[in-house]
Amino acid sequence: MPASDADQPLLQVRGLHVDFTSGGRAVHAVRGADLTVYPGQTVAIVGESGSGKSTTAQAVIGLLPGNGRVVGGQVLFDGRDIAHASRREFVELRGKHIGLVPQDPMSNLNPVWTIGFQVREALAANGLAKGRAAKQRAAQLLAEAGLPDADRRAKQYPHEFSGGMRQRALIAIGLASRPRLLIADEPTSALDVTVQRQILDHLDGLTRELGTAVLLITHDLGLAAERAEHLVVMYKGQVVESGPALQILQDPQHPYTQRLVRAAPSLASQRLRSSSQREQVAAAAAEHAGLAHAAAVAGSDVGVEQTANVIEVEDLTKVFTIRGSGPRGEKLRAVDGVSFAVRRGTTTAVVGESGSGKSTVAQMVLNLLPATSGTVRFDGVDITTLDARRRFDFRRRVQPIFQNPYGSLDPSFSIYRTIEEPLRVHGIGDAKSREARVRDLLDKVALPAGTIRRYPNELSGGQRQRVAIARALALNPEVVVCDEAVSALDVLVQGQILTLLNDLQAELGLTYLFITHDLAVVRQIADDVVVMQKGRLVEAATTDEVFRSPRQEYTRALLEAIPGGNIELGV
Amino acid sequence: MAWYVGRRLLQMVPVFFGATLLIYALVFLLPGDPVAALFGDRGVNEATAARLREQYNLDEPFLVQYLLFIKGALSLDFGQSFTGRPVIDLIADAFPVTVKLALVALAVEAVFGIVFGFLAGLRRGGWFDSTVLVLSLVVIGIPVFVLGFVAQFLFGVKWGVVNPTVGSDPGLTDLLLPGVVLGALSFAYVLRLTRNSVAEGLSADHVRTATAKGLSRPRVMTVHVLRNSLIPVVTFLGTDLGALMGGAIVTEGIFNVPGVGNLVYQSVIRGEGPTVVSVVTILVMVYLLANLAVDLLYAVLDPRIRYA
Repeated sequence: MPASDADQPLLQVRGLHVDFTSGGRAVHAVRGADLTVYPGQTVAIVGESGSGKSTTAQAVIGLLPGNGRVVGGQVLFDGRDIAHASRREFVELRGKHIGLVPQDPMSNLNPVWTIGFQVREALAANGLAKGRAAKQRAAQLLAEAGLPDADRRAKQYPHEFSGGMRQRALIAIGLASRPRLLIADEPTSALDVTVQRQILDHLDGLTRELGTAVLLITHDLGLAAERAEHLVVMYKGQVVESGPALQILQDPQHPYTQRLVRAAPSLASQRLRSSSQREQVAAAAAEHAGLAHAAAVAGSDVGVEQTANVIEVEDLTKVFTIRGSGPRGEKLRAVDGVSFAVRRGTTTAVVGESGSGKSTVAQMVLNLLPATSGTVRFDGVDITTLDARRRFDFRRRVQPIFQNPYGSLDPSFSIYRTIEEPLRVHGIGDAKSREARVRDLLDKVALPAGTIRRYPNELSGGQRQRVAIARALALNPEVVVCDEAVSALDVLVQGQILTLLNDLQAELGLTYLFITHDLAVVRQIADDVVVMQKGRLVEAATTDEVFRSPRQEYTRALLEAIPGGNIELGV
Repeated sequence: MAWYVGRRLLQMVPVFFGATLLIYALVFLLPGDPVAALFGDRGVNEATAARLREQYNLDEPFLVQYLLFIKGALSLDFGQSFTGRPVIDLIADAFPVTVKLALVALAVEAVFGIVFGFLAGLRRGGWFDSTVLVLSLVVIGIPVFVLGFVAQFLFGVKWGVVNPTVGSDPGLTDLLLPGVVLGALSFAYVLRLTRNSVAEGLSADHVRTATAKGLSRPRVMTVHVLRNSLIPVVTFLGTDLGALMGGAIVTEGIFNVPGVGNLVYQSVIRGEGPTVVSVVTILVMVYLLANLAVDLLYAVLDPRIRYA
């Protein structure tokens, strides 16, 4: 292939159409996409899931799934149309000319081969090095990708690596044969924010040094704006807007782009509601709790005072014995002496990276996991001392919403049955009043009444999460524990769900305990923040304090890692 | 690792005692006197009967009988059969034959099952896949004695390609036909397992990444798809080997293979309790050890598994 001028585009996609056939019908995934990448340039395709951004990238490298086909347009790489290149031509192109850094580091390395083997394989396939030379080169590449102690690490298997380490290995593989174009498909969306930042910085540096052009696929507008010079916004298979990154962010033309910019959580900076309204919420919450409490304890002898703090966690510790650690039984302190309180009618966010123990805290607050030591008090009562009847009552008053709406709804239950089940279990109302209640709940979470007879697999991720919220609200709980409740959702849907949760809080006086790794989300929903690191609580303060003047080094690192946090917006 | 193996070996102790006690009880607590049966129609000679009862401890209470048997078994002394040969010799004669037969069957199911399953999995939904799937269902559906007799009749009697029966001291070629019949059922399972595993593996993310590295298709298919798909298949084969070692009573019976299955069958027919118990005890141990070997092999195949 001829060496190209810097003025000549390296990659030009013109009027690309890609169809998927499923069940005999053609689905138009990409409809006339255009984009251009010059040598050494970084271009980002931004869009939500289903927008066709990944499909466009797959068409460029010839990796469309079996039922996908390019049905129109051109993909010019170095001036040559490769849209319909043969399998042999693609084998020649891949690795050597076009590299790929895939999305999920957990599933993209073969678990049965060592990391070193998988890097060497790329070198051998592209005729760059073999045998001992390949071994040395592989270690060099891994070191270059930022893997410490690369020689030894190369002999290890993927499961011995953390997510960030694996992504570094995948970057080493993607750049192994020094391709001129690197496709990075959501390269860090599966990683913690702090790790995400390191990896992206490193990738930036490497590609700049090597003069590699990068086609970055992402759903995160902030990240795209920070990393790319040029943005391409895709929506329902079409490119709706493209141009210099800053211009798109500050002066979006297309209505979809405008919505995207508004919804981007990393760019928004305000709690969704003003503080005066917050006070009303708190008052409503106290009243609501009082009523619910009176109803619940009517006839029982416990006269519990209304407390300002609905949940009090004190010196909570959870120790796990690591599986397979042999007769001695190595211990892991997943949660280590954590204390905090949740004020009634407010939202407290527990923030931390994976492995910080935040979800373990949530499970203990939900009384789903026994604590090793320490106490969780709900309304002043230690939840571990509850007898069967009071625990049942506790279950009614504290409800969870989990991360994955694909996994947390029973696929064999209709939406009606899903939402009605808790009512039936707790013996509330008769069939007729329960149905009315389910309809009311669907209305509250803004789902059409027709949803009632459908099944989870017929709904989108955002709709499913709404169902999960309706189910959680069915019993009029006082506290809702949201464990990463929005992190599996697209940014626009995420914005809608957060707004919904916020409105419901105001309407019903709910208290939220919000577990998340995403500080941008915290800023939108939380009043108080608890920052956790390696099982310990490192900082607890109001959201404003944490964002304005973080006291801890770790909190600062988390804040700085929010992509696009410093970019001025046009909307 | 050592801790894991040690724990597994310890777990075998209760299994050993439970299994032997059960077998011993089944054989010796049954109504009917095995010694009286020996005399057939001629009437019992009390002096001989008493000597036999003493030799096999039949005059002791049941639990004492059992404990005496265990004592012998632990030193590999299983006593003598009613015909006077040491039971351990009978086992030593029969076991190598069964091992050979098991290996033939295993080779058949592994080679053909994996090759056909791999090809079918690569072209899921194609004509080859469909044909192979239907054929494997047919094989699963036919009882082994039908398959055995038909194969014996066609290859042994009608066409005379092989000897219809095997006879004493058989070589590998003599065991080919019985081996194929014995492996047929598992062949169908191996085929289906490989096929599903390969078809699933094809859409794995890491396979796409391997392709993106610039690897050729054959290399991706073998090194990244087949290699990973073999993990469940090899596990199945290992467990199957354990089962095959236990002898195949029906197949060995049809082809007159002097293996362990035949030995157990003959001993049961002749009412030779001591031989039955001894052979089955050894088989239980072989099966347990084979299972342990499979579990350890699993860790070799899949680096994610570690035992401690």
